[in-house]
Amino acid sequence: MSERIGITVTVNGTRYEREVEPRLLLVQLIREELRLTGTHIGCDTSYCGACTILLDGEPVKSCTMLAVQADGGEVLTVEGLEKDGKLHPLQEAFSEHHGLQCGYCTPGMLMSAYYLLEQNPDPSNAEIRKGIQGNLCRCTGYKNIFAAISDAAAKMQTGS
Amino acid sequence: MYPAPFDYHRANSVDEAIGMLSDIGEGARVMAGGQSLLPVLKMRFDELTDIVDIGRIPDLNQIEENGNGVSIGALTTHSCIAASALAGSVPILLDCASGIADVQVRSRGTIGGSVASGDPSCDWPALLHTLDAEIQCQGPNGTRTLDINGFVEDLYQTALQPSEIITGIRFKRPGAGSGGAYCAFKRCAPAYPTTSVGVQLTITDGQVESARVALGSSGLTPIRAQQAEAELEGQSLGAGQIGRAADAAVAASDPVDDQRGSADFKRQLIAHLTKRAIGIAERRASGEQVVNSHEYY
Repeated sequence: MSERIGITVTVNGTRYEREVEPRLLLVQLIREELRLTGTHIGCDTSYCGACTILLDGEPVKSCTMLAVQADGGEVLTVEGLEKDGKLHPLQEAFSEHHGLQCGYCTPGMLMSAYYLLEQNPDPSNAEIRKGIQGNLCRCTGYKNIFAAISDAAAKMQTGS
Repeated sequence: MYPAPFDYHRANSVDEAIGMLSDIGEGARVMAGGQSLLPVLKMRFDELTDIVDIGRIPDLNQIEENGNGVSIGALTTHSCIAASALAGSVPILLDCASGIADVQVRSRGTIGGSVASGDPSCDWPALLHTLDAEIQCQGPNGTRTLDINGFVEDLYQTALQPSEIITGIRFKRPGAGSGGAYCAFKRCAPAYPTTSVGVQLTITDGQVESARVALGSSGLTPIRAQQAEAELEGQSLGAGQIGRAADAAVAASDPVDDQRGSADFKRQLIAHLTKRAIGIAERRASGEQVVNSHEYY
C-alpha cells in the first residue's frame, strides 16, 4: 500500500481536503470521494471525453489525470454550470435542441462547449466541430449538439 | 480502471527530480503532463514503484527566442505552443501542436513528454527531425545536448540515461525561403496518427537547397527519410521529383498491420502525405499562408 498524500482541491467553489492514494484518478475523486456523479466515466482510455472537467480554466480528461496532480487547483464540473437554480444557457440549448439522447456524453460535451464559448464567444461551425473533437457521442450524430452550441452562443451574446 | 499502487513524489526543481530518480532507482518513472503515462498505468503495462511528478517545476514551460535560436521548455504544453507567437510564424509547429489528439489532451500533454516517451506514434519526435532539433537533458552527471537523430533508439527506448530528464528542445528558426508542413492522418481526433510526415524545404531561386523529410507512426522509431531528402535537394520541384521523394519515403518506412490499418494502406498513406507535405512546404517557402493540421474522418 502506497503512502497517502494530502491534497486540497476546490470544486465548483467548495474547498475540499482529502488524503488520497496516489493512484486515485481525478474522476474517481470527483465521483467517489466528493459524490459529484454528474461527471461520467465513459471509455476510461482518454478517447471519449465524457469525464471532461475544467481544471484551472482548462479542459482536461479527468480519467487521464491523478487526483494528486490537481492539488491546489480549481475544478469546474457540470454541477457547477447551474447558477441560482437556473440552468446555464448551454444546458437550456441542449434541452431545447435535443442535443442528447442517452445523455452519457452530455456532461463532457457541456464542459468542452463551455470552454469553447469562453475562448470564442461566436464560433463558426468548423470551430464548434474542432472544439468538441475530444468528445464522442454515439447517439445523436452530433447535428443537434452543434445546433445547441450555436444557439447558446447566439443567446449568450445577446444576453437573452 | 485503476493503476496499481505506487508512491508519488512531487519535484520542485530539476535537481530535486534527478535526486529522487537516483534514490529510487529503476522502479521510478517521470511524469510531466501524464497523457502518455496515465493510459499505460491504467492498463498496468508498466511495472513501476514510484512516480516523480516534474509537472510543476518552474521555468520549464517557457518559449524563448535568442536571435534565430529557439528554445522550448520541456513542460510547455501542446496548447501553449499552438497559441504562441512562435507557432504563428513557424507554421509547421502550429500544424503539429494544434492537431495533437484533442483540446483536452493538448492542455495537459507536453513536448518533453512526447519526446521522452520514445513512442513512434507521438508527433513531436518526427516533427523535430525536420528542424534538426537538439534535446537538452540533465542527469546526475550534469547537462548534455543530444541530437534528435537517433534520440529514439527503439520502441519506447530513448538515449536518456537512468535518472536523466529532458529539460528543453532547441532548434534554429527556419530562415527566409524555408517552409515546412506536418501532415498527419488519424482515425478520429483523440487517436494517434495512422501515419504522419513532416517536411521542411529551403528553396532558393526555384531550387531546393535543403530538405528534411521525417515520418511518424511508420515504424518502431520516428524515421528520417534521407533518400527522400536526396531526391529533392538540388532539384526544382515538379511531379517527377515529388513522386520519387514519396516513393523513397515509403521505402524508408516500416509500417505494420494493426488496428489503425494494414501496412499496405499505411504505405499508400505515407506516399500521399509526403506529396501533400512537400506541396504545402513549397507554398509556405514562397511566403504563402496555408492552413494545415491533422486530418481525420
